[in-house]
Amino acid sequence: MLYYILRRILMMIPTLFVISFLVFFIIELPTGDYISNQIAALKTSGEQSSIAKLEFLRKEFSLDRPFFERYLIWVGLWPGPHGLDGLLQGNWGWSFEFDKPVAEVVGPTLPLTIVLNFATILFVYVMSFPIGIYSATRQYSWGDYGFTFIGYVGLATPNFLLALILLYFFNQWFGLSVGGLMAPEYIDQPWSFDKAMSVLAHLIVPTIVIGTSGTAGMIRRLRANLLDELHKQYVTTGRAKGLKEGQLLVKYPLRMAINPFIADIGNLIPSLVSGSVIVSVVMSLPTVGPVLLSALQSQDQFLAGFVLLFVAVLTLIGMLISDLLLAVLDPRIRLGGRASS
Amino acid sequence: MNVLSIEGLTVEFNTAEGRTKAVNDVSFVVPENKTVALVGESGSGKTVISQTIMGLLPSIASVTSGKVILSDPTGAEPPVDIASLDRKGPQMRHLRGNRVAIIFQEPMTSLSPLHTIGDQIGEAAKLHRDVSAPEARELTQEMLRLVQFPDPARALDTYPFELSGGLRQRAMISMAMICNPALLIADEPTTALDVTIQAEILKLIKDVQSELRMSVLMITHDFGVVANMADEIAVIYHGRIMEKGTAEQLFGNPQHDYLKALLNAVPGFHMDKSERLVPIRPIEVKSEDLTRNRPKCDVLPGETLMEMRGVTKEFTLRKGSLFSGKPKTLKALDNINLTIKRGECLGLVGESGSGKTTAAKAILRALHLERGEVVYNRGKGLENIADLTGDDLMDYRRRVQLIFQDPFSSLNPRMTINDILAEPFEVHGIGTAEERSERVRSLISLVGLDPRFLRRYPHSFSGGQRQRIGIARALALNPEFILCDEPTSALDVSVQAQILNLLQDLKRDLNLTYLFVSHNLAVVDYIADRIAVMCRGRLVELGETREVVSNPLHPYTKALLSAVPEPDLSTPLDFSALDANRASEPHLWPEPFRVTNEDVPSLFEMEPEHFVCAPGLKNAGALEGTAA
Repeated sequence: MLYYILRRILMMIPTLFVISFLVFFIIELPTGDYISNQIAALKTSGEQSSIAKLEFLRKEFSLDRPFFERYLIWVGLWPGPHGLDGLLQGNWGWSFEFDKPVAEVVGPTLPLTIVLNFATILFVYVMSFPIGIYSATRQYSWGDYGFTFIGYVGLATPNFLLALILLYFFNQWFGLSVGGLMAPEYIDQPWSFDKAMSVLAHLIVPTIVIGTSGTAGMIRRLRANLLDELHKQYVTTGRAKGLKEGQLLVKYPLRMAINPFIADIGNLIPSLVSGSVIVSVVMSLPTVGPVLLSALQSQDQFLAGFVLLFVAVLTLIGMLISDLLLAVLDPRIRLGGRASS
Repeated sequence: MNVLSIEGLTVEFNTAEGRTKAVNDVSFVVPENKTVALVGESGSGKTVISQTIMGLLPSIASVTSGKVILSDPTGAEPPVDIASLDRKGPQMRHLRGNRVAIIFQEPMTSLSPLHTIGDQIGEAAKLHRDVSAPEARELTQEMLRLVQFPDPARALDTYPFELSGGLRQRAMISMAMICNPALLIADEPTTALDVTIQAEILKLIKDVQSELRMSVLMITHDFGVVANMADEIAVIYHGRIMEKGTAEQLFGNPQHDYLKALLNAVPGFHMDKSERLVPIRPIEVKSEDLTRNRPKCDVLPGETLMEMRGVTKEFTLRKGSLFSGKPKTLKALDNINLTIKRGECLGLVGESGSGKTTAAKAILRALHLERGEVVYNRGKGLENIADLTGDDLMDYRRRVQLIFQDPFSSLNPRMTINDILAEPFEVHGIGTAEERSERVRSLISLVGLDPRFLRRYPHSFSGGQRQRIGIARALALNPEFILCDEPTSALDVSVQAQILNLLQDLKRDLNLTYLFVSHNLAVVDYIADRIAVMCRGRLVELGETREVVSNPLHPYTKALLSAVPEPDLSTPLDFSALDANRASEPHLWPEPFRVTNEDVPSLFEMEPEHFVCAPGLKNAGALEGTAA
């Protein structure tokens, strides 16, 4: 088992390199870069001094080098103008658009992104788990139809619309300020208990909005999986032993049906981040979503590259967690090699 | 004293098509310490009876009249009418797994793959015997020893997927036994197992029964099993008991026409070559339907149609990873040489894991071969099928078809029968929509099913019906060479007789060629012209059917033949001989048959046209035979 964990973690390293290369490659696909675009814009207005500064920046960030060299410098495997100074050395790059280091631009958004993602995943699982089980064990009941209907409505409603509606009602009923992840008075204030409570209160709406479609999908999947398992022979065997229905359900079919549920942890993260961009813009949430959007629009390549890589890392960690959980739960995965008869 | 007495039991199913009586006024008793066999075809209601006794009836079923009285011979519990209990209530739960226990047909799916067998077996003890976890573990270990697990202490912590089918069934039996039930229901306990394993399991049930003094209700369709196990027999058909009595009465002097018909449908070794099985519902073959639209076969009867030359297939058991060394391999086929002539039926016999199915897959070009080649004659001389591409390959695929073993997983559950049967035509682009639907209708009636069934999905059919659908699908393209991979192992004897006769008729009328893979020697004896016996990927014996069956030379063939239960009270299985010879270990065979991993398993003609794998004879200077 320990060997498995170690191997699984070691495997992440080459994966990360491949992902970083792909991310860099895709970001560089459009012709030009942020600075050459700026230079082109300035040339039409003829401001020589600014152009000279930008040319300096181009050299400074080695944008004039060939593609592979640029990639390696970004990662930190090739000496740039300041020696080895890339991601591996902890330098996340420079955002041209904000004229600040990337770390400063995304820094404040990262913890909130993680908190929001975590809350959403928790929401998805806490909601879909009991509902899925209910729907499967009482197939074709009114409850099953009801949840199915709500689930489809959740899938079909555009997220931003749902966001606006919920924000309105939360504002009407609970007096919650519209937008953001905390009440306006706490912004730029040091952390306090009240601020934390405000963040929690503001998390509710985005969590529901971002999580609905995931929840609806998860309910359908759990229901279908569990229905398949409920009619398997080993369930009858358990019943024939004299087990109570509740114990039986939890011990046998649920254990089997839960596999895809766990395997989805890794897949949920990227879809949550990319799916929440519009919602984050609409609700002005300080997450990496809107940052990524603007960085991609203005070809702010280091910023965009870092955000994409960050999401990839989150995904890989999610995958790792789901793989380890699967190995713990499913002996066929854990002992797969031993069964050689 | 009767442990179980069923009186006038009627069970109705409330389906969308109205109420149907699955069990109709059934009465019989199971005396103490006796085995009663409930014999019937699939759909006869025998499983519904077992579900009623266990209180496991589906919610759409209800007991409308009758009693099911269970009286514990130990006197620990007062007699109780199971039919009157709430199926999900505590009283029923108390009986279930405690006083009545059940073994199911499928050892592969009856155990949860995620829990150790120690956990699953001990669970019943914890539920009913009020024991702590360590005590339950001890009890479980004792039970595993009783069912002769090789290493009971270690077996506690193994998962079902680490065990063979026979061991899983042993685990199931120990699970059923752990609370010393008064009644054990064995629902087709050996149908899914090899004959040698079947004999062992039957012996085990007998041994355990005499040790624990319990009654057994044996539900089966196999008269060989009945003859070897039952004291009393009840024959059920369409939910009614047709005939009941002691084994001597029923085998010696069957009264009811249905029982006579069933007994006639069982193939046995005593039959003449010209003798035909008499199915209960014979199928008329409309072969003109099948002669139309055939790819032309230019190979004359008796000429070589297909030949396997030194075919070797290895499977990697565990990939060599980045750090560890060589991958472990298993030889599924070891230097197989086999020729099949046009118009003949070659029976390929062996236990599971012997490589029979792998051989069939190699012929289908469904596998990459390590060494050797499969050549096939499409009328242009023998061609290596590995070289076929494009249209030639499609043509080959049309000529060679497979009938699968498992009727449950070989049909797509999301497709209607119509779609399943029409798919071959779509793949090969044959016919217009009307022609296809007409063909599909004639195919379904060819295998004795109603064309109204075409709109249904596979789940609404019984195993036998599904298998017939699979056969119809294999026949759809009018192939000339059909690989039958255990086509009747999941079927009732009457349906089996139907299918076997159907295959024989088709062979006669269309000059089809079969490779008939089976572990049932009686079936192979009935249908095959020649028999090839396989063990552990090696061909061990090959010859004319009669010759091999009446004069087996190889120890493995002898062991296989002795494990077949005959539907005849005068020839019981020799249970005592079972443990003595573990005949499926090639390195334990006596000289000159002993095969080690280094030996090339080549065949020697020990008697005219009768080849045996005996590497020891090479040194003795015998002539090496070409496996013709």
